[in-house]
Amino acid sequence: MNKRRKIKISASRQAFVAINAAVLTATALICLLPFVNLLATSFSDKMPVIAREVTFYPIGFNTAAYEFILQSNAFVTALWVSVKRTFLGVLINLVLIILTAYPLSKSDSEFRARKYFSWFFVLTILFQAGMIPTYLIVRYTGLMNTIWSLILPGALPVFSMLVVMNYMRSLPQELLEAAFIDGADHYKTLFWVVLPVSTPTIATVALFSLVGHWNSWFDGMIYMNTVDKYPLQSYLHTVVINPEAFFRNATNMSDALKRYLEMVNSRTTNAAQLFLGMIPILAVYPFLQKYFTTGLVLGSVKG
Amino acid sequence: MSKKTKSFLDKTIREIPLYIMLLPAIIFVSIYSYGSMVGIVVAFQKFVPTKGLFGSEWIGFANFKNLFTMPSIWEVIRNTIVISLGKMVGGIIVPVVFALLLNEIKNLGIKRAVQTIVYIPNFLSWVILAGLFVDILSPSTGIVNQVIEKLGMQPVYFLGDKTVYPITMVITEIWKGFGFGSVIYLAALTGIDPSLYESAQIDGAGRWKQTLHITMPGIMTTIVLMTVLSMANILNGGFDQIYNTYSPAVYQTGDILDTFVYRLGIQNAQFAMSTAAGLFKSVVSFVFIIVSYYLADRVAGYKIY
Repeated sequence: MNKRRKIKISASRQAFVAINAAVLTATALICLLPFVNLLATSFSDKMPVIAREVTFYPIGFNTAAYEFILQSNAFVTALWVSVKRTFLGVLINLVLIILTAYPLSKSDSEFRARKYFSWFFVLTILFQAGMIPTYLIVRYTGLMNTIWSLILPGALPVFSMLVVMNYMRSLPQELLEAAFIDGADHYKTLFWVVLPVSTPTIATVALFSLVGHWNSWFDGMIYMNTVDKYPLQSYLHTVVINPEAFFRNATNMSDALKRYLEMVNSRTTNAAQLFLGMIPILAVYPFLQKYFTTGLVLGSVKG
Repeated sequence: MSKKTKSFLDKTIREIPLYIMLLPAIIFVSIYSYGSMVGIVVAFQKFVPTKGLFGSEWIGFANFKNLFTMPSIWEVIRNTIVISLGKMVGGIIVPVVFALLLNEIKNLGIKRAVQTIVYIPNFLSWVILAGLFVDILSPSTGIVNQVIEKLGMQPVYFLGDKTVYPITMVITEIWKGFGFGSVIYLAALTGIDPSLYESAQIDGAGRWKQTLHITMPGIMTTIVLMTVLSMANILNGGFDQIYNTYSPAVYQTGDILDTFVYRLGIQNAQFAMSTAAGLFKSVVSFVFIIVSYYLADRVAGYKIY
């Protein structure tokens, strides 16, 4: 009796394991296949794409769509704006995060006004003024149409700052006291003692900023007056969603570029553009997976 | 100088570098966060941009009155709540179930491979993903409808049919976020004491009973915490996603507060009305954020700082 029961359980367990494996495989495929289809489209000839023959591998393999995109000035200009914006943005974010997190990580007795400043920053995540007032302030401070409109309004990412602050607070206090006894002031302590041991957390928030800046598109659209100042994601929004506009521009191009139009159509070039827009994220993805996970867990067990 | 004053001065001098470090952030946050809070005054004016923030005529709550007599505003509020509630419920259930299933996989290689794949969409922008979905969900050329037609059904207008559109938004949002959303539950699952399972096995509890009586209670705090925190987003229908996928054909069910504010303010230059709508959202969200953080602290000891 007992034996039979055991066999029954293990049979149902086996069934569960098999079904579970199938469900998880299907889930992973649901996440992956859309990208595979898009990638196949981007490398296919336009005829099989129009005939709806392309599924998960390219038909009539060619790189015309990518060549076409990379030869278009507009795309490369937008790419450059994005690179510049991401570099400057992450840099400024990090400097401000570190400079703000350090004082706020002090105890109330070391820094008596700490509590007031903490609330000063935290309040900005609790209450946000909204789209239009922010837009007006950017306008009144003269940032319209400059790259700074994409960087300065979010110069201090408060949530990231809190993550770093909590980490700094968890450092052993003896470490800091030893530095002070050796005659180091706050600047030296921050730079030579606190920063070197905070690198994993700083890497995490740097990645937060990098992904945030790279993926931002809305600020570019509302703060820039001309498309040539758009960062890549704003540019992609404009042309991916309105392919007609893209082809209207395409008629002004040189004969050398026009021959691409025989091999590509809006679907293949859109697909190629989307993939080019993903590359930086995919390039840092291994780090993202590593650090974002630690960052998230860090964020959830604080307090 | 008294001893007390001297030690106060000493302390202050030692604190000076800390103030200097805070200064740049204070400047930027004052201008762009608090400055824009000042900008809210626009909601109470007959605002003319060239006259500056305080130069226009004050008209009290007239903008709000006009806003709430617009026939579409209630539709917009309803859409926002319906879509965000759908995302909230799905955004809890799917990651929890996924984490539970993944936790049963003992082969580390397979586990990692699945995780690597399902986390990717989380890091891509809605501009990119909207481009992807517009392509694959297209009724005429998209691969999803190709499959649907092969199965002998009519093509579905995922982004163009006003009944289907909100469902598409909920599903694609869950698609983007469930993988990464499961990380926190997986972390909670690894925190469960293995000896609990061992003693349950000795007591004759099967897998199902173990899940029900050990695993679920083990991650319940995390589930409650995430539910409570997601409440703060009740008026966030997902601007990035919807703005990149919607069209006038689906405004009736797909237009949310943020897209409404955008069209009113930036596209139609109705700054005052749009600010009023945005302020309504901010105030309601503020209440929800405070309540959700309070509850998160009470139920799980979660503090934002």
